Amino acid sequence: MRKEDIIMCRCEDVSLKQIHDLLEQGYTTFEDLKRLLRVGMGPCQANTCGHLIQRELAKHLGQSVEVTPVHKVRPLVLGVPLKKIAEDQDDER
Amino acid sequence: MNVNCLIIGAGISGASIAYNLAKKGMKDIHVIDKSYFTSGATGRCGAGVRQQWATEMNCILAKKSIEFFEHAKEILEYPGNLEFKQEGYLILATSKDEHDQFTKNVALQNRLGIPSKQLTKEEALKIVPHLNPDSFYSATFCQTDGHLNPFKMTEAYMLAAKRLGVTFSFFEEAKEIIVEDKAIKRVVTNKNVYDTSIVVNAAGGYSYEIGQMAGVDIPVYAENHEILATEPVERMQGPMVMSFSKNIYCQQVPHGAFLMGRSNPHVEKNHDVESTWSFLDHMSKTLVDLMPKVAELRVVRQWGGSYNMSPDRQPIIGGTDQCQGFYMACGFSGHGFMLAPMTGLLLSEIILKEPSSMDMTSLHIDRFKDQTIAHTEKSVV
Repeated sequence: MRKEDIIMCRCEDVSLKQIHDLLEQGYTTFEDLKRLLRVGMGPCQANTCGHLIQRELAKHLGQSVEVTPVHKVRPLVLGVPLKKIAEDQDDER
Repeated sequence: MNVNCLIIGAGISGASIAYNLAKKGMKDIHVIDKSYFTSGATGRCGAGVRQQWATEMNCILAKKSIEFFEHAKEILEYPGNLEFKQEGYLILATSKDEHDQFTKNVALQNRLGIPSKQLTKEEALKIVPHLNPDSFYSATFCQTDGHLNPFKMTEAYMLAAKRLGVTFSFFEEAKEIIVEDKAIKRVVTNKNVYDTSIVVNAAGGYSYEIGQMAGVDIPVYAENHEILATEPVERMQGPMVMSFSKNIYCQQVPHGAFLMGRSNPHVEKNHDVESTWSFLDHMSKTLVDLMPKVAELRVVRQWGGSYNMSPDRQPIIGGTDQCQGFYMACGFSGHGFMLAPMTGLLLSEIILKEPSSMDMTSLHIDRFKDQTIAHTEKSVV
């Protein structure tokens, strides 16, 4: 399968080729890729692409995944409408 | 290792200074950064570029910077998309007092050639229909203000600088600056030792610490300013909406997400860049009041970044007689991104001892020797 057809980040539609191209340019962290490709900035906040990209980074850097940092996890865990925060609404059912 | 110039900080300021020095012919310029690409203030900022300021100096710096941004893609030969859009900043006045202050601001801006204007509530609502008409008094608007992608803009400067021979090193942290006879001799990092006579402090939130390494007391400090991003939606807002009295800036970026930030009047002076619940709480309430329709969007992420605050909320750009060869571009007080083209141009002129494009007295660190500060910028969120 062609690298441009393999989607790594489904929220922002980023392919394996785009990831590899930036790694070739010398970027070495998830944070670099996030800033230039928007991986991890979509609704799932890297829940899908995080470990996939971590694996590619580890492979490229010739190191194990254990020592390859993933993205910085940021609040919120789920998308919450601002209005509900303002109203302090209890959304649990 | 010998270098002609070591720049500390690879954010937008460091990258712009490196590019301008290299373009003027300086060789052997090296830029170090303690973390990853745009890890500091640049990569955490609100991506806005505006010219509507209350001090003459900020107006001039901002206007000339916008003029550069208008042609940045071509000048820097950047293959990517800088996402520059000029759909304006709409700044809301929420009282008669603020309205009167803005009348003065617009007069100053117009005198300096900035095409801002004061709008009635009705005129403002035509530009941003989802504003709550009861939440503000009047507004000012400048069409040529707007949005620019901070990551892409920094990369554009960095790639252009690299083509001119500048080298960059990330995850490299300055540990010690050796000064002999009040002149820069050497910089020790966690990876290298650089023999150099010129050091540029473009360290953003860490500018004070870098100053201390060289024995230069810089009256700046870092404080956390928080921001959030919503889910992307169809285009519904052209300009950045801003209010100093309501303590908010909020824009829809070309990608579709809304970015919005506010300051915390009780924030401590330190390097914290974490997120707080109270920011989210205050922001959501401000938004429900100001733009209830935008408040229906989901927050996908919040984060923080350091403002490097100076006493008059204007930058410090230049050298110092406290240490020969030590140059500063710091104290931007939250606006280093939008002023970067002028930062790079002006500091490169000073370092290369060329005639300056403008009078630099009011940007020199020595202005703080005087106990009374002449002009403090109040148009800051």
